[in-house]
Order: sequence, then structure tokens, then C-alpha cells
Amino acid sequence: MSTPQDSRTWRGEAAVDADEAAERLTAGRLGGGSRRLLRELLSPYSGALKLLVLVVLVENVARLSIPYLVKVGIDSGIPPIRTDDDLTPLATVVALVLGATLTQAVARNRFLVMQGRIGQDVLHALRRRVFRHFQALDPQFHDTYTSGRVISRQTSDVDAIYEMLETGFDGLVTAALTLVGTAGILLFLDVELGLVALLCFPFLVLLTNWFRKASAASYRVTREKVALVIVHFVESMGGIRAVQAFRRERRNQEIFDDVNDQYRRANLVAFRLVAWFMPGIRLIGNVTIASVLLYGGYLAYNGDVTVGVLAAFLLYLRQFFEPMMEISQFYNTFQSASAALEKLAGVLEQEPGVPEPTDPTPLGRAAGEVRFDHVEFAYVEGRPVLPDLDLVVPAGQTLALVGTTGAGKTTIAKLATRFYDPTAGRVLLDGIDLRELAGDSLRDNVVMVTQENYLFSGTVADNIRFGRPEASLDEVVAAARALGAHEFIEAMPQGYDTEVTNSGGRLSAGQRQLVAFARAFLADPAVLILDEATSSLDIPSERLVQQALRTVLAGRTAVIIAHRLSTVEIADRVLVLEHGRIVEDGSPAELVAGGEGRFAGLHQAWADSLA
Amino acid sequence: MTTESREAPQAAGVHSLWRLRGYLRPYVWSLSLMLVASLGGVALAIGIPLVTRAIIDGPITERDLSALWPLAGLALLLGVTEAFLVWMRRWVQSAAVLGLETTMRRDLYARLQELPMAFHGHWQSGQLLSRATTDLSAIRRFSGFGLLFLLINVVQLTATTVVLLHMYWPLGLVVAAASAPIVWLSMRFEKRYVVISRRVQDEQGDLATYAEEGAVGIRVIKSFGRSEHVSAGYERAADRLHATSMEKVRLSARFWTFLEVIPNVAVVIVLALGAYGVGRGSLTPGELVAFITLLLSLVWPVSSLGVILAMAQEAMTASARILEIFDTEPSIVGGERRIDAPRGHVRFEAVDFAFPDTPDTSVLAGLDLDIAPGETVALVGATGSGKTVLTALVPRLWDVTGGRVTLDGVDVRELDLEHLRSLVATAFEDPTLFSMSARENLTLGRSDATDEEIDEALQIAQAQFVHDLPWGLDTRIGEQGMALSGGQRQRLALARAVLTRPTVLVLDDTLSALDVHTEKLVEEALRRVLADTTGIVVAHRASTVLLADKVALLQGGRITHVGQHSELLATVPAYRELLAAEAERGPTGPTGPSGTGLTEGVPA
Repeated sequence: MSTPQDSRTWRGEAAVDADEAAERLTAGRLGGGSRRLLRELLSPYSGALKLLVLVVLVENVARLSIPYLVKVGIDSGIPPIRTDDDLTPLATVVALVLGATLTQAVARNRFLVMQGRIGQDVLHALRRRVFRHFQALDPQFHDTYTSGRVISRQTSDVDAIYEMLETGFDGLVTAALTLVGTAGILLFLDVELGLVALLCFPFLVLLTNWFRKASAASYRVTREKVALVIVHFVESMGGIRAVQAFRRERRNQEIFDDVNDQYRRANLVAFRLVAWFMPGIRLIGNVTIASVLLYGGYLAYNGDVTVGVLAAFLLYLRQFFEPMMEISQFYNTFQSASAALEKLAGVLEQEPGVPEPTDPTPLGRAAGEVRFDHVEFAYVEGRPVLPDLDLVVPAGQTLALVGTTGAGKTTIAKLATRFYDPTAGRVLLDGIDLRELAGDSLRDNVVMVTQENYLFSGTVADNIRFGRPEASLDEVVAAARALGAHEFIEAMPQGYDTEVTNSGGRLSAGQRQLVAFARAFLADPAVLILDEATSSLDIPSERLVQQALRTVLAGRTAVIIAHRLSTVEIADRVLVLEHGRIVEDGSPAELVAGGEGRFAGLHQAWADSLA
Repeated sequence: MTTESREAPQAAGVHSLWRLRGYLRPYVWSLSLMLVASLGGVALAIGIPLVTRAIIDGPITERDLSALWPLAGLALLLGVTEAFLVWMRRWVQSAAVLGLETTMRRDLYARLQELPMAFHGHWQSGQLLSRATTDLSAIRRFSGFGLLFLLINVVQLTATTVVLLHMYWPLGLVVAAASAPIVWLSMRFEKRYVVISRRVQDEQGDLATYAEEGAVGIRVIKSFGRSEHVSAGYERAADRLHATSMEKVRLSARFWTFLEVIPNVAVVIVLALGAYGVGRGSLTPGELVAFITLLLSLVWPVSSLGVILAMAQEAMTASARILEIFDTEPSIVGGERRIDAPRGHVRFEAVDFAFPDTPDTSVLAGLDLDIAPGETVALVGATGSGKTVLTALVPRLWDVTGGRVTLDGVDVRELDLEHLRSLVATAFEDPTLFSMSARENLTLGRSDATDEEIDEALQIAQAQFVHDLPWGLDTRIGEQGMALSGGQRQRLALARAVLTRPTVLVLDDTLSALDVHTEKLVEEALRRVLADTTGIVVAHRASTVLLADKVALLQGGRITHVGQHSELLATVPAYRELLAAEAERGPTGPTGPSGTGLTEGVPA
């Protein structure tokens, strides 16, 4: 079925994946980062954990005592009935077994609830912490880390830990305690027979060790293969239009059959490991039971052990091997959880690139003067995008930045909003270095609108209110009116209460942009930065937005970046940038009138393109 | 700010699972073997305690050492055989269930590729993915494990109870009585557990939505300094999830406790009555030991019934979800006809179109348009007027709901689909690149293209940057590879369309992300290509319109005007509204995209 053809015809790495590295690191063991994180997460619960250990001990003592009591019942309860018709010894033992049973039940219940509570609390704390941490990290981090990973850290990774807490811990703790407890009791019951039973130990250790290693390796392969299936699947379904338009179906099916079959084979290896492990444990268990029967029978024949002891042995051995089988189930859960923990620990160790000041300078409503004081900025060391920028934008001025891709326009916007900090020099608002301003007072005064006018799920009103969450509906409507967005919002099925993600709320690009502007208008910042906010609009929408812009910009400082010169026309002043340096500076009219400069050239090309 | 758009729980039944039984057919022998091995395992599991009894009552009580060896040997033999049977079952099972899963996934993928845009339009790829992964695993788990053990457990339960009743009936009754509440409890628990698990899942979904918005919208959040606001929303949802999860913890704690208490209580009763029976001589010591051992061996089969039933429920839901896809017949199926010498004469005749989810709102209504062979038409219309759908009707990515589209006089629905799509190539506005080499992306529609032809296409699309990539044409691009800018992606998509040397070339606003300079170069090159190719160009800019021989204005679901750019600009206000340069600067009224005053020359 599978094609021998290699499905890879490309070279180059598939975006060097930190995730995979993390998984490789934790082949069955916790790395340093995850150990630290785990300690931090569990530290508030040290008291509760001690109690948990106590409860689990009580539970296991009660559970392990039952076969022993059965033995006592058989050995000491039966003879008095035979000889004196005396039921008391048996009744006592039965009462004890009942007591042990109930103790175990109560302890078990408490254990499960306590374990669940601690687990859920830890998970809850982890979720909140990770979310807030991602929110605190700078946009540069988000740019390189990509939203896909940010999301999967918070979904599939947290889920993996959840799964381990839900199913795994209990199994591991019980297995360990049973192992140790049973061995002790067996030796206590009868040293000789106990030693015979414990002969199985080295075999168990060998088998489990082999399985641990083999399954760690096979788990990794399976993860890789399933990722291949998922990537190919999502890509073909996401791009189905191109697939069908270019008749790609057959080749796609070949590739899919190939990765699907690779996944099957990887899974087969994993399944067959279990197919060896489980019967292996069963074999060791059964051979042990047969040996105990043989040797125990012989000892009982000689009168060295009682029938009760033999019975207790058989019952204990049952309990001994069952949790061992469960380990195999638990193993993958543990693996993915520890890989997830490692990845989360990595993220949480990441420091925000733009730290909050420890002692912020207070600033109320800024006048809006933005100043770049000998600013140098480089994304890659030694290759500055802005070599030495000196610029003052007086309060209330509308400044347009023009230049080719890579001239540094967007970088200026990102520095003014403190998405990044300059490598040298200072960016100042009303004379205060941005690094001395608290995040909140900076954001109250400087707002950026980009072309990715992201709308959050929720109503149109919610989305406008995002600019100022405490705004009343009247204020929201007023903002929409000011920008000419009121009419189309009212025309929607539920007006301002229309969910933007529902089909009734489908907004055109222009309409979305107007909502984004209304949001900024409501936020009412002293400085507004527009980064390509009007590209990707068609002409009627652009006209609509253009109209709105005059309202938005009135009475505040504005920096506009646009490759459509129609947007630039409303500026008071134009800067032409080239390789991070200002090459032209003046009002649009002045620059065009000069006729010789770059702006005049651009303007001419633009006018031509309008035909 | 949460999504309420959850998938409605499917009313799933045994029926949907049963309908997938065909997939089990190749594995009939494997399944039979598994069944035999498992039943053998049950017999052995009962056999070992019986040997124990024989040893206690025989060699030990009767003081006959010679019988010990053969009995111990028998125990060993039974033990080894049991382990072997377990191995055999698992070994066969692995291959069978994985084969089953793989075949189903393959068929699912094949069907999904056949289904038209009308289907894919309202399914997110995430929903499809969960069917191809989570749902298929649920079916695999049930068909390999659940189904088998459902049967085996019932058999083991019955057989053991019969053996116990036979051995000493009063105790047998105790055991039978104890299993009833467990089964009842398991089923009740399973129902409540399913409900609460679903709630946990839904709330996890809500939380995931917040996480997604927090990640994708991070720049907006940062710009407005709303991290606190967004975090508060996330935390409210996290609190809800925490509360529900605790409810789930308490429910399962209660259940698992009972599950362990009941058999233990049975042990207490059996011990009391059994020891008494041994004392009175109505039961041998060996029987008592065997009894307790057998009783304990029933704990798992009984308690796992709940889990298995939950698994069955899951598999039924999963198969219903998968059948939703298998039951959707591909509505766009090719005909038989081929055009031997295609000229590229495209005609839209009284074409109606409405999206399937809004059948009452027609996008196109009675649209007529004739494009002569080799001619290039620019389509102009407001956002949402249906330009893209109109172009997609030609290669049948969508089908008309009324009227017809013909290519060289043949209704496109009569043409062989592959043939049709090899004649028509589209460069989309938002170009899809796949995670493979640049070369493979380029030759998507024509795998036999030579390097010279590729170079030529790259030249036309001004996409020579490909040669500067680290491994040139072999560099992996797309989601998993090198990141390209919007403009670069558009140029590659254009090169891809040009490379197929189509009879009809559709350019769906392909140049929107290019800067003025590059756009000019691309347009010059395209003019040569379009000279002898039929072209349909969706245009938002005057500059793109100039590529075309004539312009068609689309409004109100039909072509209202056809003519030259300058002509339309002068005479049609609606056209001026959409494309006029001076309107960009001039004082215009705040009219929306659906322009006004377009009555002239429009038949009523």
C-alpha cells in the first residue's frame, strides 16, 4: 500500500524545534528545569502532601493486612470451631477484616479526593501562571515563538500533566508501596517461602527496565510520526482549495498513505512492546505462584507452614503483580507529562525582554511629545536597523514615515510603543524615558493600531470596549458614531450585541478596521501609532477609513506608516527613511513641490498607478 | 468572550458503530484467534485456583507427597500457557487494530479530498483533524480491546460464578449477590461520568479559546495594555474548570471507593461463612482458599465493565462523527467529456449562486458573461459582491445553483474533472503554500515541468528570490519551513499558476501585496502570458484593470456593465466609486461599499 517514494523532496530544517529537543531530553527522567518547576508548584502543599503520605500508608497497611487476617482466620479461627464449637476467634478475625476493609475504604476515598484537590490546585496555579507569563513576555518573544506553540503549551501540554495527575500518581504510589509492603510481609510470614517468592524480583526488575528504555524510544518515534500525519492532514485540509484547483489529490494521497503507514508501523512497535511486557509479567507471576505452590505445599506437608500461610501467600502474590501491569499503561502518560513539564519550565524561565521599572516615574495624561534621542537598534547584533536616530515629534503633530521595506519604519513604531527597547540611546515621552514608565501609564498614553485588526470573540461592543473596559455603552456608541461605524453596526442582526465570530457578524476588512479604530478612539491615547493600518483595504473601504482617520487623529500626536500614499496625504510632516536614516523631512506639499526628491518620485509612481 | 459554538453531541447509537463493521472483515481470522485465546485465558484463570485447591486438599491434607509434583507441574503448565495466550492475543491484536485504524484514516482522508469547497467551507480543519485522530483512536480502542473484554468479562463472570455455586452454593450466592450492585453502580457511574467529563472537556475548550486569543491577539493586547483584563477573563474560566474538575474528582473517588469496598465486603462474608463451613466440615480448606482467590479474580472483570461501557459510548459517538463525513457524498463529480483542442471560450449563462448555509441569499442571480478565446476580462465589484466565487465556478471549486458555465461550449459539469482543472489555473489572493520544497510547490499543477519552464515562470512572476533561498528550489517553505513574506508568497502562487500553461488563467487579486514597483514589472510580464490565454482578473486597483481587454462590473449578483476602463469611469458612477483615483482624494459622501445610483442600463 505504501509508496516507496520518499515523501521528502525538500531540504532545510523544519524550523528547529525546541519541543522535540525537550522530549529527547526527558527520555523517562525529569530534567533540571522541570524538577525546579515541580518543586515550586508543590511547595505550598508540603503540609497537605505529608498528610497525603500518611493517608496512603494507612490505606496500604489496611489493604495489605486483609490477606494476613484471612490467614489468621483459617489457621486460628477454624480449629476452635472444630474442637469446641467456639466461634469467638473467627468472629474476632472477621470483625478485624471488616474493620480493615472499612478503614481502607475511608482512607482510599480521602486519598483520592486529596490527591485530586492537590493536583487540580497545582494545575490551576500552573495555568494561571503560564497565561500571565505569556502575557508578560515581550512581542519579540511571541514573534519568534509563534502563536501555535504558545497555544499548545497551554492546551496539550497542560492536558498531558492533567492526565498524569488524574491517572498516574495513584498507580505509581500504590505500585511502589505494594511492592515494598508485600515483600516485607511475605518474609515476615515465612522467610524461606518468602525468599522463594522473591526470587522473581530480579526478573521483574530486568523486564521493567528493558520496557522502560524500549518504550521511551518507541514513544518518541510515535510522537514524531503522529506529528507528520497531523501536519500533512491539517495542511491539505487547510489548503484544500489549492489542492483541488491544482489536482494535487493523488500525490497527496500517496504522501498521506506513506506517513499514515509510518505511523502505523511506529505504533505497531509500541504495541508489540506491551505485547511482550504484559505476558512477561504474567509469566513471572504464574511461575512464582507455581513455585510457591510446590515449595509451600512441601513445607505444609512437613508441617513447617500452615494452610493459612499458603493461602495468604497466594493472595499477596496476586496483589503483587497486578500493579506491575498497570505501570505499562502509566508509562506513556508519564513520558508526555514530563516532556510537557520540561517545555513549560523552559517558557517560565524566559525573562521578559522589556522589564517593568522597579520605581516607575508617575505620568498622568501625557501632552504627547515623542522624542528619539540618539537611538540605535539592532535585531541581530552588529547589524543595526537604526544606526543613530534623532527625532522629535512635537505634541499634536501627525507624522508619516515613508520608505522601502527594511528601512526601519516598523522598528520606530515598535520602539515608540516599547515593544522593544533600544540597544542604545533613549526613547522619551514628554521627556521621560519609556523604560522608567510603568507599563500601564505607557499604554494609557501610547496605542498602536496595525493591519492585523484582531477581533476577539464576543460582541462588537465588547471589541470596541477593549480600548477602555469600563466604558459605558453610550460611550461605545459615541466612539462608533465618530468614526462612521455606527450605521453598519446598527444594520447587523443584533446591532452592537452581534457576536463577531458568528456568521451574522461577518465583517469586511474595512469594517473590522473601523472597529479597530473605534477601539483606539475610545482608548483616547495621547499618542497613536498606525502601522500599515490601511493597507489590504479596497478603495471604498479605504475611503471610509480615511474619513475616520481625520477624526481619530485630531488633538493627538500620531505616527503613520503606510505604503499607500493616500494615507500619507493627511500628515503634517513626512519623513523618508532609508537604511534607518532620515533622508527627507518636510510637509508633503513641500516635498512634492521640490520635484526631485524620493518622496516626489514615489508620489509620481503612485499617481501613475492610479491611472 | 467565550465561544458557544460547540459541536452538538451526536445522538449516537450502536447503529453507527455497526455500520463500520465492514472494516473488520479483513481481520475476521485475527479476531477469531483473539477470541479463542481470550476464552482459553479465562479457562486457565479459573483452572489455577482449582489446582491450588487440589494441592491443599490432596498432598497436604491427605499427606500424599507423590501427588504434589504433578499438581505443581500442572500449575506451572497452566501458568505458562496463560502467559502464552495473553502474548498471542496481544500480538495478533496489535496488527489487526492498527490495520483497521490505518485503513479508516486513509479512507477518511481520501473522502475529504473529494468533498467540495461547499463542505470544507463550514468545517474547520481542527474538527476534521479530531475525527482523523481522536475519534479513530476511540474506535480502535473499542474494537480491539473494549469489544473483546466486554465479551470475555461476561463469560468470565458467568463461568466463575457457576464454578463457585457448584463448589459451595451458599457462598456462590453471596458472590452473585455482590456483583449485582457493582454492575448497577458501574452503569450509573458511567452515565454521570460521561456528562461531567463532557463538561470538563467543554470548559477546557473555552480555556483554549482564551489561550488562543491571548496568543494571536497579543499585539493588540499589548498595544492597549490590556493584559490584566484578558488574564482576568482567562482566570474566571480557569476557576470554572477547576470547580468542575473537583466535582469530577469527587465523583470518581466515590465510585472507585465503592468498587473496592464491595468485593472486600464479599471477602469478609466469604471468610466468615467459609471458615465456619470448614469448621463444620461442609467445605474443605482448599476449597475456601480457591474460593477467595476466584472471588478476587472477579474484581477486575466486574469493575471494568463501567470503563468498557464508557469506551463503547465513546466509540459510538466517534463513529457517528466519522460517518458524518463518509455519508456526505461528493457533490462535485466529474463528467466524461474532454476537449481535444481547447480554445478557452468561457461563457456564464444565467448563472445563479447561493452559499449552502444561506440558500435564500443569492450571491449571483442570472449572471451572463461571455469571454472570447484569448480575451482577458477584469472583474470589478465591491467587497462581498461575489467576484471570487464567480471565478471559482469555472474550475468547479463551487458549482452553480442555477444556469450553467460552459468552456468551449461544453457545460463544465460534463467535463472530466481532472481535465477541466488542468485547463483552468488560479492564482489566489491568499496563496496556499505547502510544507515542501519550493520546486514542488511550483510544480503542483504540472509535475513534469522542466527547470527552464520553472525559470520562465519565476521570471514572469518576479519570483527569482527563490534562487537566493538557502537551498534554492529545494528549500522547504510553507508552514514548517522558511517563512516568506506575503508578497513573496503571492508571487510564487502566481508562478505556479502560470507554469501550468492553462487555457484559462484566473488571477484573484493576486498582486495586492506587491509594492508599486514590483507590481509594474509583474504586470508587464503577465501581459505577454495573457496575450494568448483567456484571462479572468479580479481587480481592486486601476492598475490591475489595465491588464484586461475589457472590464466587467459585478453588482447585485449580475454583470451590469461591460466596457473599457475609461469608458466606465466616465459613465458609470458606481464604477467610479469603486476604482476612481480622484475619488480617493475628493470629498466623497460616506456611502458604504454598496454604491448608489447604478440604475442606468440595468435591466430590471
